[in-house]
Amino acid sequence: MTLSTAKPRASNSALRRFAVPPALAATASVLGRRAIQAAGVVLLVSTACFAIVQSLPGDIAFRIAAGRYGYDQVTAASADSVRAELGLDRPVWLQLVDWLAGLASLDLGNSLVTGASVAGELGLHLASSLQLAVAALVLALIVGATVGALAAARPGGILDRLTTVWVSAARALPPFLLGLALILLFSVHLGVLPAAGHGEANNIVLPAATLAVGLSGLFARVTRDAMAQIRQSDYVRFAATKGIGSWLVFLRHVCRNTGVTLIAYVGVQVLVLIEGVVVVESLFAWPGLGHALVHAIFWRDIPMIQAAALALALMVVAMNTVVDLATAAVDPRPRHKEAVL
Amino acid sequence: MTNGVAMQELSPGPARVSQRPQWLADGTATQLISAALLAGLVAFAVAGPLVWPDHALQDLSRFLEPPGPAEPLGRDHLGRSVIARLAHAAQLSLVMAVLCVSAALLFGTLAGIAAAWRGGWVDSVLHGLSEVFIALPALLVVLVVSAIANGDLWTLCLGLALSQWVEYFRMVRARSGLVLAGPAVESAGLLQLGPVHIVRRHLFPELRPLLTTMATFGVGSSILALSTLGFVGIGVRPPTPELGLMITEAFPFYHEAPWMALAPVLVLTTILIGLLGLRSKESRA
Repeated sequence: MTLSTAKPRASNSALRRFAVPPALAATASVLGRRAIQAAGVVLLVSTACFAIVQSLPGDIAFRIAAGRYGYDQVTAASADSVRAELGLDRPVWLQLVDWLAGLASLDLGNSLVTGASVAGELGLHLASSLQLAVAALVLALIVGATVGALAAARPGGILDRLTTVWVSAARALPPFLLGLALILLFSVHLGVLPAAGHGEANNIVLPAATLAVGLSGLFARVTRDAMAQIRQSDYVRFAATKGIGSWLVFLRHVCRNTGVTLIAYVGVQVLVLIEGVVVVESLFAWPGLGHALVHAIFWRDIPMIQAAALALALMVVAMNTVVDLATAAVDPRPRHKEAVL
Repeated sequence: MTNGVAMQELSPGPARVSQRPQWLADGTATQLISAALLAGLVAFAVAGPLVWPDHALQDLSRFLEPPGPAEPLGRDHLGRSVIARLAHAAQLSLVMAVLCVSAALLFGTLAGIAAAWRGGWVDSVLHGLSEVFIALPALLVVLVVSAIANGDLWTLCLGLALSQWVEYFRMVRARSGLVLAGPAVESAGLLQLGPVHIVRRHLFPELRPLLTTMATFGVGSSILALSTLGFVGIGVRPPTPELGLMITEAFPFYHEAPWMALAPVLVLTTILIGLLGLRSKESRA
């Protein structure tokens, strides 16, 4: 994915005292575009889930029966009863119409394994996934922006080079290896943090840190590049020439303009974040959407696969919508080119 | 990674004078090392399975045997040769990744050129489709598609290709649009040189460097996605050796046989570092 970095802003906008609130039209167009995208995502994911699960090898009814009654209790009779109960013997297109109609009426169905309502379970998973994602994102932004700002203070300096090494290392390490390394270090050898689980306050530390390391490296790089560029810009030099204190220049001009680039970049990184969530949750047994999805795929729990996949995909769309709106709010300049994402 | 150039542009004052000769500049050194690393790995992936043809040969009396002259990496918990499994796993990863990237690149490029060339409804349909796909995390696509068949290789490959074609499509569509609207293509059209000439002489030279960079990236992320899926337990099925799966299997024996876990980890990180280092300039992906 490529990112067209924002050009340094024209000086007149930096001289404005207040950001003009984004025009209603811009907000509406962002929301409209994202709503269409969300609808497409729902349709695609839902149909794909259905089609794929239909073409599974083996008899779904047997697997579901095994999930419900245990492997030693599965008989042809119990599989038949499952099949009759769930209507698995009707023609495929009828089941698909049912499927989409149920989805349209916001009924996600019941889990084929536990029999519980998927929507209820989904709420819990969504809450813990959001908790993890937000914690990781905040951590990554704080660390990344700080490191990037320090590196930009002296381009080519020792800290700048260390940052480059850190970015490359964070990128070369896949999240699951990083997570394993952290578990080995903090749980097995030092014994200071729990390796898995949910509910204690310190359970979130390792998974969030695992996610944040990869993201923070990228944020640090973007912050550094944007800041180094902005520091050289005419409006920052002019502000300094006017005699504004260096701290005020930093906060009012450098930080705000870097923020524009950084926020836009968060949108690009949302996909990476959500992918990371899936991996990290499976690794740390964090009861979120990714964990639920992996388990549902393993047990062929069709409604649950669909619900988890939809929730994850819609999370991406929602986060990108927020980023779009935030970008419009922070950067009031009219845009003629759409962002890449 | 080299951002020496960028740094020199950004640093105030005179540019730093490089002490080393030109061919050993920052970037080339990194690239040389990376290329050497990757070449070694490819050689291992190609020759390894020939040297150790059978990765499933068990000798339970020799389980967790430490490395020795006969077995450079010892044996795993089921008494199988670790190096044989590693060689086959490396081969599998590389072959799969190249296949996925080729499929995604071919489809994405063709779709992109078609959208830019035809415009109209073709463009609208393809663009709408890409809008939907761009919101789907790659791992999610692969997970859902790989659920088709229990980790059958072709479904994994299909899933990976499906999750990657969008990037090529969007890039090619944007770039081709610019090239096709330019005066060079217009005059080629007036000279009636035909679409083949336009693709070969105008589009291809423009797109090639970008596609190469993206494909390098794509191979890396495919290998990563494969091993991640194996690690989570929804990828390639045992007993097929796969890097992520080998890490998962080796982890419980981490204290007794650390070499078992470290070997696949090293191979994986070497591949990724090599691919990252190959790129001359850090691009923001």
